[in-house]
Amino acid sequence: MSATTVRYDDVEVGSEIPAREFPIQRWQLIQYAGASGDFNIIHWNQRFATLVGLPDVIAHGMFTMATAGRLLTEWAGDPAAVVDYGVRFSAMVPVPDDDRGATLTIRGTVEEKLDGNRVAVAVDARLGETLVLSQARAVVQLT
Amino acid sequence: MPLNREFIGRAYESSPPFEIGRELVRHFSTAIGDASPVSHDVDAARAAGHRDLVAPPTFLTTLTFRRPSGPMGDPDLGLDYSRVVHGEQRFELHRPVYAGDVVVATSTVAEIRDVGRNEMMKIVSEITTVEGERLATATNTMISRGTAARDETAGSNA
Repeated sequence: MSATTVRYDDVEVGSEIPAREFPIQRWQLIQYAGASGDFNIIHWNQRFATLVGLPDVIAHGMFTMATAGRLLTEWAGDPAAVVDYGVRFSAMVPVPDDDRGATLTIRGTVEEKLDGNRVAVAVDARLGETLVLSQARAVVQLT
Repeated sequence: MPLNREFIGRAYESSPPFEIGRELVRHFSTAIGDASPVSHDVDAARAAGHRDLVAPPTFLTTLTFRRPSGPMGDPDLGLDYSRVVHGEQRFELHRPVYAGDVVVATSTVAEIRDVGRNEMMKIVSEITTVEGERLATATNTMISRGTAARDETAGSNA
């Protein structure tokens, strides 16, 4: 367990999980395709993506969900701490083929303290000003 | 073409059982940038009270692609995959997912309905170990763009 692990008694309704920036580059989408098994061509082939009307290669929604999940698991100090996690995919994340790629800004807010040292957290994930996950909520088991 | 509503309620079981191996947990964790020791180092996982490497919360998505089951591949459903976008996803984890778990998913078409000009299809998967232990419930909502049945009474020729 990390020394910085948050404890149930230390959080209140309204407590913030500070915003973090998560850069996404093309190679990460290739790596995620291999790990997840999702080889949908729109996630790695710019020629095809633009042919079907997309602005560029777009990140897997599940990659965005997993990335936002890291905000929670690293806050709690254990990937097993997230016991319920749901999102709505509200906008695409185009990932240009340059040195910067796309950068997601992700933060969280404790919405409710539940029994058994669990908390309900709302997640805010944006690309620039655009919300890419909406109604993103998790239940996190704290110690 | 609208989706075939006769599929509502149909259930599908993934086969053969999926063996969650340590290297896939490490591979997936690395791919999402998760460096948690308990997902990479068995000793660290055990020291933290886990029985083996812990999979990240969205790990079970790998099952969708490595053991595809469900109605999506059935031509009678009428799904044009090029029109599909992922609408919503939820994982309720009844206990942590560990390397060494051998799992089966039973996926049920819970809902197909119009949402404006689109259709949504919700698939609920109950994931259990081969020993019968409930592991997780995964809810996957897909959007089929522009396939809702047209309202013939609207009087539009467009």
